[in-house]
Amino acid sequence: MISFSQVSKRYPGGLEALRGVTLTIERSEMVFITGASGAGKSTVLKLMAAIERPTSGSVLVNNQNIGRLRPGAVPFLRRNFGLIFQDQKLLFDRTAFDNVMLPLAITGFERREAARRVRAALDKVGLLAKEKFNPVRLSGGEQQRLAIARAIVHRPAVLLADEPTGNLDAAYALELGELFRSFNQVGVTVVIATHDESLAARLKPRRIALKEGKVAA
Amino acid sequence: MRAWLWHQIDAFATTLARFARTPVVALLNFGVIGIALAMPVGLYVALDNLQGMTRTLASDPQLSVFLALDAGRADVDGIATRLRRHPGVRESRYVSRDAALKELKKSTGLADVVDSLPANPLPDAFIVAPRNAAPDALEALRDEVSRWPKVTHVQLDAAWARRLDAGLRVARLTVWILATLFAFALVAVTFNTIRLQILTRREEIEVSKLIGATDAFIRRPFLYFGALQGLAGGLAAWGIIWVGIYLLNGGLAELSRLYATPIELRHLGPADSASLLAFSAALGWFGSWLSVNQHLAHIEPR
Repeated sequence: MISFSQVSKRYPGGLEALRGVTLTIERSEMVFITGASGAGKSTVLKLMAAIERPTSGSVLVNNQNIGRLRPGAVPFLRRNFGLIFQDQKLLFDRTAFDNVMLPLAITGFERREAARRVRAALDKVGLLAKEKFNPVRLSGGEQQRLAIARAIVHRPAVLLADEPTGNLDAAYALELGELFRSFNQVGVTVVIATHDESLAARLKPRRIALKEGKVAA
Repeated sequence: MRAWLWHQIDAFATTLARFARTPVVALLNFGVIGIALAMPVGLYVALDNLQGMTRTLASDPQLSVFLALDAGRADVDGIATRLRRHPGVRESRYVSRDAALKELKKSTGLADVVDSLPANPLPDAFIVAPRNAAPDALEALRDEVSRWPKVTHVQLDAAWARRLDAGLRVARLTVWILATLFAFALVAVTFNTIRLQILTRREEIEVSKLIGATDAFIRRPFLYFGALQGLAGGLAAWGIIWVGIYLLNGGLAELSRLYATPIELRHLGPADSASLLAFSAALGWFGSWLSVNQHLAHIEPR
């Protein structure tokens, strides 16, 4: 489903984030990408979602070469993904409900069906009672769960999460881990970049360890 | 198709919500655009009215042929026949001296003065519409007819109207120059409004792009905003003009009573109103399109 072949990424300014990374992620797998800060975990996720393009090598997602993707095709590639960021990127000018609605508004869903799906997603992360809240009024853990609801509402094939437990205490982190496991159980490919060892120990995923931009043996 | 329709409805609703969120700013913008548009449109309306008063004369020159006061029935018939047979005359109309006097009494409010006259001072006359309206042909016709017996004077009515028409042409040019300048102003106002909006919505745009929004989806609410703002500005201009004419007509009613002549300014016609609104909406759309193209490309999620 996703394969990297000899991928290097050099950022403007000379930072070499990845050096000849080769990896494959199969459909319905759960994979953790681990490593210290600066090892290139985030870059791997950004290349998958075409937020960045490789300097050399090839990144294939559903047999589409990210490096050669037309700009017009990028949005449609991204709709295969649910993206979860460490800083959540929630919008604070609208309710929790409208935050989760955004991906469906973008694909032009019929409104009643969209509202039903938004409520289902909010229910799944346990925030249905707070659908009218502004995200500012939610706790850190609730904000992260809201971000997850937004990432899954359009039923993506792949969930990409960058340090999803980064700001959370251990209890919240475990809760999130269970959510990811449940998505994976219904066939969603889950890719998580993290250095959270306790999460990895609990979910027992396949691990790809990065060190200084290379896949560690 | 259905998704496309939902997108349009959504963008429209989003735009209205954005207006509602900053009502004062929105109203001020409508006002600025309205005033900017009202200037050339107001001048246009003024010219249109002036032209309405002179159009018949300017485009349709006439010769007034006055006969001698002692011209009899036979002379009148003879001249009528000559005029009818003349190749340069398209149409001629006989105005008897009695009819002319009655007309004078009715149209000028000078009834008292006319009634006090011992005899009718007016001559019999013919109003002649020439076949060829070129100045040379008109003058030739005038010279020829004035040599006929019992014709004392031939008046060419078009000369002053032509001068006025030339003046109006200059004024029309001024309208176009003003319209171009203010159209530019409208585009600039919209451009800036949209630029500010894009800057304040940077986060939303970034997140939308990450989630898979196409450029068209992101652009749409801004284009709607520009077009609707332009349309609202056009409506404001229309309102300003309407109120202006209404007030002026109030003042003119007094004047027209004093002069015993109906003077009334016409409002913008339906076709002109529609093109004003379409034009202002299109300019707003264009201004925001420029702005969006200029600024959206710089917002890429990292």
